Amino acid sequence: MPSTEAYLMLSATLFAIGLVGVVVRRNMITVLMCVELMLNAVNINLVAFSHRLASLEGQIFAIFVIAIAAGEAAVGLAIIIQLYRAKSSINVDEARTLNG
Amino acid sequence: MDELTQGMPLVVFLIIGTIAVASSILVVAMRNPVHSALFLLLTFLCVAVLFVIREAEFVAAVQVLVYAGGIMVLFLFVVMLINVRHLPEERVMSRFWKGGFAVGLGIFILFAALVRPGVYHDPNPNTKELRTVRTYRMRNVRQADGTVIRKRVARPRVVGNSEAVGMMLYRDYLVPFEVISLFLLVAMIGAIIIGKRELSADEEETTPAFILERTETEREVKESFSA
Repeated sequence: MPSTEAYLMLSATLFAIGLVGVVVRRNMITVLMCVELMLNAVNINLVAFSHRLASLEGQIFAIFVIAIAAGEAAVGLAIIIQLYRAKSSINVDEARTLNG
Repeated sequence: MDELTQGMPLVVFLIIGTIAVASSILVVAMRNPVHSALFLLLTFLCVAVLFVIREAEFVAAVQVLVYAGGIMVLFLFVVMLINVRHLPEERVMSRFWKGGFAVGLGIFILFAALVRPGVYHDPNPNTKELRTVRTYRMRNVRQADGTVIRKRVARPRVVGNSEAVGMMLYRDYLVPFEVISLFLLVAMIGAIIIGKRELSADEEETTPAFILERTETEREVKESFSA
C-alpha cells in the first residue's frame, strides 16, 4: 500500500507544477488549466487524509472542490472569450485594465 | 489480499503517479492549448486511479464525469471557438519566468519539508469506516445505576462507498450542498451574461424584432446601472 507521505509528495509536486504554470505561462487558457491542476492536487491531499483518518469528510470536501472548480472554469472561460473579443488576444499581459 | 497482489497498489501508484507528474509537466510545457488540454485530461484520469487506490470510488467517478467529461469539453470548446492559429505570434513564457520557477520550487520545498516521514502514515487505517452508514434510533438504555433513559443509539452498517458518501452528503452536509447548488446557478448565470456579445449591424437585420427589443431593454438596464 502506498504511504500517505507518498500521496502528499505527489500532491505537492502537482501543486508546484500548476503554480509554475500559472505564473510563467502567458496563454490565459493554459493558466486556467494550471489552476485546475492545483485544485486537483488539493483533492489528492483531501482523499489521502480521508483514508488516513478513516473519515468520509475529506471525500465530501473533495466533491465540493470539484463543484467549485467547475463553476470557476465556466466563469473563467466566459471571461477569456470576452477578452478575446475585446483584444483579439488571450495573452494575460494584454489584460491590464478592468474596463474593456 | 494474497501474497501475489500484496504489492500491487504500490506498483500501480508508482506507475500512475509518474504518468500524472509527467503529463502535468507537459500541460505547462506545451505551446498549443489543445495539446495542453489533452495532457490535462490524462492527468485527471491518473488522479482518478489514485483516488480508487485510496478507496474513494465515488470521488473517482465524479472526477472522471465532471473533470474529464465536463470541464475538458468546456476547455476544448473554448479553444476551438478562439481559433488558436489566428493568434498573433508571441513568446510563450512571461517576462518574469525566472521568478515563477523560483516560486514553484520554493513552494515545493516548503511542502516537502512539511511532510515528515512516519508522522502521517497509519499502516492499518480503519478503512471500513469509509463504507459505513450510521442509522440512528431512539432506544431505552439502562444506566450503570439501574435507571433507564431514552438515548440516541448509532447502528453502523457496512455498505458501499457511494452510499456512505451519499448519506453523509444529504444528511450531515445538506446545507453546504445546497449552497454549492446555489453557487453553480450563480456561476452559470454569470458565465452566460459575461459570454454574451453585442450584435453587429449585419446581424441586426436578420434578427427577429422581439429579440432586438429584448437586447434594447438589456442595454437600457445596463446603462441605468452604469449611470
